[in-house]
Order: sequence, then structure tokens, then C-alpha cells
Amino acid sequence: MSRRVGVVQFPGSCDERDALHALALVGAEPELLWHAEAELRGVDAVVVPGGFTYGDYLRAGALARFAPIMGAVAQFAAEGGPVLGICNGFQVLCEARLLPGALTENVTLRFVHRAVDVRVEATNPWSAGLVPGATLTVPIKHGEGRYVHPDPQGLADAGQVWLRYADDNPNGSVADIAGVTNAAGNVAGLMPHPEHAVDPLLGGTDGRGLLAAAAPAPAAH
Amino acid sequence: MVRVAIDVLLKDEILDPQGQAIERALPQLGFEDVREVRVGKHVELTLPAGDDLAERVEAMADQLLANPVIESFTYRVLDEDHDRAR
Amino acid sequence: MATSDRAADPTVPEPAAEPDALATDLGLTSQEYQRIVATCGRTPSTAELGTYSVMWSEHCSYKTSKIHLRRLPSRGPQVLVGPGENAGVVDVGDGLAVAFKIESHNHPSFVEPIQGAATGVGGIIRDILTMGARPIALLDPLRFGEPGDPVTTRVASGVVRGIGRYGNAIGVPTVGGEVDVDPCYAGNPLVNVLCVGVVARDGIQYAKAERVGDVAVLIGQRTGRDGIGGASVLASATFDDNADDEAGQAKRPNVQVGDPFAGKLLIEACLELYARQLVSGIQDMGAAGIACSTAEMASAAGLGMRVDLDRVPLREPSMESWEILCSESQERMLALVQPDRLDDVLAVCRRWGVDATPIGEVTDGDRLVFTRGGAVVHDAPAASIADEGPTYDRPREPWVHPHAHEHPDADEPAPVDPIADWLALLDHPRAADPTPIAEQYDSAVGSSTIAGPGGDAAVLRLPGADGTPGVTLRGVAVATDGNGRRCSLDPAEGARQVVAEAARNVACTGARPLAATNNLNFGDPTRPPVMDAFATAVDGLGQACEALDTPITGGNVSFYNATGGTDIHPTPVVGVLGPLADVTAAVPAAFQRVGDAIVLLGASTRPGLAGSLWLWHVRGRLAGRLPAIDLAAEVALQRLLGDLADERLLASAHDVADGGLAVALAESALRGHRGAEVTPEPDLAAHQWLFSEAPTRVVASVAPDDLAAVEAAAAAAGVPLTHLGAVTEAQQVRVTGVGALDLAAARQRWQSGTARLLDGP
Repeated sequence: MSRRVGVVQFPGSCDERDALHALALVGAEPELLWHAEAELRGVDAVVVPGGFTYGDYLRAGALARFAPIMGAVAQFAAEGGPVLGICNGFQVLCEARLLPGALTENVTLRFVHRAVDVRVEATNPWSAGLVPGATLTVPIKHGEGRYVHPDPQGLADAGQVWLRYADDNPNGSVADIAGVTNAAGNVAGLMPHPEHAVDPLLGGTDGRGLLAAAAPAPAAH
Repeated sequence: MVRVAIDVLLKDEILDPQGQAIERALPQLGFEDVREVRVGKHVELTLPAGDDLAERVEAMADQLLANPVIESFTYRVLDEDHDRAR
Repeated sequence: MATSDRAADPTVPEPAAEPDALATDLGLTSQEYQRIVATCGRTPSTAELGTYSVMWSEHCSYKTSKIHLRRLPSRGPQVLVGPGENAGVVDVGDGLAVAFKIESHNHPSFVEPIQGAATGVGGIIRDILTMGARPIALLDPLRFGEPGDPVTTRVASGVVRGIGRYGNAIGVPTVGGEVDVDPCYAGNPLVNVLCVGVVARDGIQYAKAERVGDVAVLIGQRTGRDGIGGASVLASATFDDNADDEAGQAKRPNVQVGDPFAGKLLIEACLELYARQLVSGIQDMGAAGIACSTAEMASAAGLGMRVDLDRVPLREPSMESWEILCSESQERMLALVQPDRLDDVLAVCRRWGVDATPIGEVTDGDRLVFTRGGAVVHDAPAASIADEGPTYDRPREPWVHPHAHEHPDADEPAPVDPIADWLALLDHPRAADPTPIAEQYDSAVGSSTIAGPGGDAAVLRLPGADGTPGVTLRGVAVATDGNGRRCSLDPAEGARQVVAEAARNVACTGARPLAATNNLNFGDPTRPPVMDAFATAVDGLGQACEALDTPITGGNVSFYNATGGTDIHPTPVVGVLGPLADVTAAVPAAFQRVGDAIVLLGASTRPGLAGSLWLWHVRGRLAGRLPAIDLAAEVALQRLLGDLADERLLASAHDVADGGLAVALAESALRGHRGAEVTPEPDLAAHQWLFSEAPTRVVASVAPDDLAAVEAAAAAAGVPLTHLGAVTEAQQVRVTGVGALDLAAARQRWQSGTARLLDGP
């Protein structure tokens, strides 16, 4: 049975249509969730998409966490529901303290958009079908993607680092970290954009493997 | 009412690439031996005075203006006669 | 507002205090001022002088260019909306239409590169949005000074950052464009931005009032003192970055600041208003703000409008009436709404967090009336402001380039080491890998970018009119081109070739060029040779667009591009758009498979070093007579490319342009990570074969099994086909009798040129 996946739309979200498109391609029934509503309408999983919520003027993702919907997302996360934050969504989840660490300006001081290789380090509901060690090619596009955490080794030991940049660390992230999860593993964030790597016409399909929690049944691929 | 200035800086242990860029550029302009450049945000706001001013300013800085994971903040009450355009 | 002690009639605008002096300060000539007096039948008010001066400025009124632009072809069955509206709209089939237009933000981008470029992006996006279309792509043709100069480093890196900052945050992908450098742009960069949008054929919006009593609703940002006189002053006079220059200092604060977040909300709010059919007319507020949008919408309908300036939300309450009218604050639109739909409009805007304020209404008659504090401050016929401004037929003297009569094909000595020259060309920003720029742009958002920056043309799979990606295989290819050096040698021939090249870029992808938009960047039109270059370039553009059946549906003129009395090269920049029935058939520029045959389609190579990148970049010489383009042959070539793509017979196709075959072959090899082995055409010096820029040529690669079919199709179309060689495994491009270009060395040079432009030496 296909899963209903909510894609949260904030003012300034940009990649929400891309997320809907990608989720439909992996077999989900996606729908938009509006930031000003305080409920998730019974979806099976939540994606917080990329973009520039509220302009990202103070800090990327800083204002979105105060939106009514985020209370519902936090509760859903606490109950073990799968939540994925992509790029700006990752920033939002970190600011909301649903994920550890923070994301700040790239060391290059420039926005960077290119395909990068990421290595799968741990599995969680979103990477369920992948084997640790697998390398995927997925695009990044961000100006504030440098992941910062005081104890990256501890985080890795706890199994919370699920993606690392394989050879090209594009933003100066500590320990090449490209994606982390909460301690329970149901909330995941990543800077690469899996929703932009689902269509062979648009640069490959490696991103599908990072959307496993949206796929029907146990991940078939 | 009282005007307060809050300065937000990346914590010392967090790399500050903007600060580094400035530090690299200054010697080219003839300013030698400049060290430890840090770039941050300066926020000014006016709010009601009161005994709990410190508490309120710290709370707003903690919850919104700064991200305590990577940033620290300081604040000071500005003299009302101060030039606000600074 | 000019204040006065004497009791005045509140229904008649108070005369400006010193109207003659004010008119002069605002850039109006004395004849223009007299005309305003005659139209008003009294001494005009300060607000009226402000409105007329901005609306009659070169930037807003096209007073110098109008009589020439009329000669451009702008009609065709494919054209749904032509020049005069905010953007052209063409029919691309399946009930979908595409709006597209190019515009410039040259002067502001020198004053403040980041904000100048950013607001340029915002402005053209709103033009597309005004047509009812969802903006889906941006392309940026840019011109800077030579790399290494600190000013150029600041300007180029700032402009790219500004484009990225705005385009990335507003969620519209930047998918292409092109870059050139030349000393003539060092103090006057060119920042042109083309935007493409998609709209249902029956969903097109117009900037026109529909009925008396409709409410004028100001949607978007509060009005501040941004860019007061920006359009008229910055874009209608030459500008020097001289710190001692008083005028330069005075103009500085006029640059507007853009807020892409506000722009993003405005897009979504407007698209929802359109989808629910809540507005009867809409106009964006760019240059000349409220004055322009009200005058244009009223004039287009032959109606009037009455606006209460007290209702305009201001950032600075002390603003005078003329400042409110002429403010260029960004991210604002003016919508006309039937009174019974007003509440719905306000609710939609509220939902998106966008301010919306009713400020006036459409009235009977033809007057544009503004009131403030209960008194009329402006009362003049809307048409006199919007459409009946002056037009000038400025004097011309032939534009003659001092070296245009020379013969570099005959007198320029052949290179001792052509491979070294080949390498040198690859790091010129014109030929270099644009990745250091392209990486700063989000080209992927929208999930429609089949081919992004770096190809001959960007290829977009069209989303539905609601923005949903992947609903059709139908797409469009879009390319921009411009070549100031060649146009400087011969504005008419250069312009013909610019159109041909932009269209050829589109055709290389397999799309059929359908329509064009142009940004005419020229120097000071009060100098007769500049005016002549402009007029002859317009003729050249018109001839080529006529021949290629790509009518010009809109565009922009940017005059006064000059530094210290020296004009830029005449730089018409052309954008061409063409539909693709099936984006999966789009042809890439890169070589694909080892063993594919490499052929030259189109004219065989003939001498063509005049105005070439080799002559300029390697020999430091700009000279010669351009080889004339055969437009009939060009049409035949472009049709053939479309036909071959439809049959999926081409593995790759790449236009031969700057740097000639040398650069074209190297690019296809570098992008495809393949080598090539080619034999030059006979009877031509090696450097001519490598570096000639004779037009109407395309390098294609073809699977061996398809070669016979390609040959037959070319023969049937009367398009010459020359066998050059084959795609190889070896990491080099070997040219029989000349030598080999090592691809590792070539890649290093190719990847360094653009980085040097942004980062300095």
C-alpha cells in the first residue's frame, strides 16, 4: 500500500513541488501541508523540503521552527514517525532541535550547486534499502551547508551520522558529515537533494534510495 | 522604553570564514598584524524598561537571535542619546 | 509636497515652485517641459513633473529607439502577445504558452553589483509574472572588463553573487546565459537577464484596466525612497564611477534593494489570484512605480484612474507625493479588482503574508488623478504620460570602426604553434567552462532542467501551468547570444550573425526556433555614430529574425553605456526560444560514443578571422570585414538539425562560434570526456580551419549506422556535409597535419578562465 507523505510548505519553500514529484515517483501519495496549520492530517511520513524559509535572513531555518505546523511535526517525531529534512528542511530541523548540531555558512562563502558523491554510513527508515558503504551521486545546492557539531565522533558512534561526503566535501562540514539523524533514527536530515536525483532525464536516480520511508511496502529496491 | 544592542558572534571554536577572508584582505591594504577577526550580527531593538530586562533580552537572544549550538551573544543597553545610525 | 501659505483650490494641483529649474533637474528638455505645460493647460505641479520626467525618460518611453524598433518583425501565428505588454507570449502547443523577455540592469550593477544584479533578476521575473505566467527559468548574458583588474573582480563576483542570491532564493532556476569580457565593459558591465515563464494559453493576464469602478490594489512591499529617479537617471545618462564626480555620488543611493523572499511570496500570491480569476488587470511596478503602472493600465483602456496617496503604505512617512509616485521599491504589483472580489483578493494576499492595500479606482474619462491630504496633487491625461511622450529621430553619422577595412585573413601571419593558440583560447571567459559561475546558481529547482548551463542552449521540460513538473514531454530550448566585438566591426552584419547564432544554439538541441527577444546595449545615442550603429543593428536583427521566422516579441533598450566618453561596443543581445515536442530527443553538445563519425554540417569552412576570438585574444587585434552570412543557408541548416533530432539521428551537435572549430571540437570532447581524430578541410591554412568564425556551421557526431541517413537528409535539404573524422578513446583532439590538443592540459586551461574572472589573478 502506498504511503501518504506530507510535504511542509513554508513561506519561502522552493523545492516543495520537486519533493511532491519525487515522492510520487517512488510510489508515495504526497500532499502539501501548510505551515500555518497545526496538524499533519494523518500522514505516514513528513518531508521538510528545501528553499529559503522566511528568507533565511537571520539564520537559515531559524524562523520556520516557530510555525504552527512544527509543533505537530515535533510530536509526530516524538512518536517515532519518519521525518526527513532536505537542505533548508535539515536546517529547520536542526534549529527546531529535532536534530543535533547546526548548519552554517559554507567555508567558500559561496552558494554551491553540483553533484556530489555521498557514502551511506548507517541505515534509518529513509535509507532502509541501502547497505552502509554504498556511494550515491546526488546534487547539493546551498550557501549554508557546513555542518557543525562539538562531538562528531560521538555522533557517529551513536549511529547518528547516516551520510558523509565521499571525497569532495563541498562546504567544510565537520568530519565530512552530509546527513544526521536523531538518536531514535526516525528523524533524518541531509544537505544533498534526493528529490533532484530521481529521474534519469534530470541527472540520475540515486536519490530514490534516500526516500525509502516514502516507498510502498518494505523498500523493494 | 530602552534601546538595547545585541551582538551575536560565532563561538570561538567555530570556524568563521568571513572573518578569515577579512583577515587575509587587511594586510593587502597595508594593515599588518591584524588578528582574530570575527564577523557577527548586530541587532538593535527598543523594548519596555523593567527589572526583568536582562532576563527578557537573554531569552530572546537564546531562543531566536542566536543559535546556542554555534553562536554566543552579548548585549548592552544603549544610551538613548546615542547615535542609532551607527 | 511644495507648501504654500496662500489658499489654494484643493481640486487643482498646486504649481511647482520653480518649475523650469525643476524640469531641468529632472532631465526634461525645455521643449518637453513646454509640451507638459500645454498638455496640463497650467503650470504643472511637482508631482506631475516627477511623473512626466520619469515616464518620458529614455528608459521608460523608448523615445530615441521607438522609431527604429518599429521596423522589427513582431508578428506571426505563434505570437500570442507581442511588444507593448510586459513580455512576449508565444504558443508552444498543447494549450500551453510561454512568456519570455530579456531586460538589462547595467548601470545599477556597476554602482552596487550584488543589489544591482539581484534587482535586475527580480524585475524581469515580475514582468513574466505580470503576464499570468509562472517563472520557470532565468538566463544571464553578462559582460565584464578583462579578468585580473580589481574593479572587474569586484563587479563580476558581485554580479554573480547577486544573481544567485535572488534567483536561488526566489526558487526560479538559472539555467544558462553567456559571458564575455572586453576592456570596453570595465567601467560599464552589462547585466542582462532573460526570464521564461509558462502559462495556460487561456490564462494570459494583461496590464489593462477593464471597467470603471474596479479597485486598484497595491500588492507587496511598502513604498520607500528606493531608486527615486533610478530608471530615468541611471539608465538615461552616462555614468562614471568617479568618486569626485558629484553626479556619480548623488546617484549612488538610488540603487534599489531587492528582497527575494518578498518576491517569492508575491509570485505565489499572484499565481493564486490568477488561478482563481480574481484580478481583471495587473501591472508590475518597476521603473517609475505607481506613476508608471497606473498611467499604463489606464491609458491601455482609454480610461482614467484616481489614487489616494495617503493610502499607500510607506516605509518613510515623510515621503513627498512625487517620491511616492516615482519610487522604485521592489516586489510590488498593482492589481485591478472588481469590488465584489476585493475581499477574496485581500484574503489570498493575507494567506501568503503579502500586504495588499486598496489605493484607488478606475474612473471614467482619461485623467490620472492623485490626491494627498484631501488635495489633488496630480491631474493629467493618462495617455499623455504613458503613450504620448516625445519621440526623437536623432541624427546619425556612419559608425565606422577604424580597423574594419583591414584584411587579417590575408595579412595576419600564421601561428608557429597553433596548438598553443588553441590552449590559449580555451581560458578566455568566452570559451571557458562556466562552472565557477554556474555552480553558484540553483539550476535544478522546478525539476524541469534537462540541459542547464554550459550547453548550446538550455533545455526545459515544461511543467504544467500550475508548476507541476513532469506532466508532459514537451519542452523548450532557450539560448542567448551577443558579440560586441563583431558588432563593433559591422553592426548590421554582426547583429544578423548574433540572431543566427542564438537560433542555431536552439536548433542544435533539436528545437525549432520560434521567437526572439532582444536587449540592445548601446552607448550614448546623442553621439551620431552610436545612433547609426543602433539603427543599422536593428535592421540587421530584423532581417535575420524575418528570415529565420523568429519574430521579436519584446525586449529592452539600454543606452548610455559608456565610460569617460568612450562608448561600449554596440552589443545587441538576443534570446531565442524554440519548442521541442519531446525532450527525450534533445541533442547534447558533448561527444557521446567512441567510434561515432564527426561531421561538419552547414557551410564548409572559409576564411573568417575578422572579428574572431583568435585574432583578438591571441593577437590582440580587432579588425576586418566580417564574412557575410547566407541567411537562406542558415535556415536550411537549422531546419535540418530539427529534422535529424526528430529522427534521433544525432549523437551530439555543437555550434561553431567563438574560437571556431578549435573551440567547438575541444568543448564537445571536454564535455563528453572523449577524444577526436579529425582531418582539416582542404585548401585552407591550418589556423584558418581551426580559428575561422565564418558562420552557419555545426559540429555533429553521428553513430556509424546512422551516417548514411544523415548524409541523405543533408543532401535532400541542400545542406553541405563534410566528414571530419571520428570520436576516439584517446584523451586528445588530433588534427591531421597540425598536431594534437592534449585534453588534460586543455581541461586545465578551460577550467581556469572563469575562475580568474571571479577571483582575480
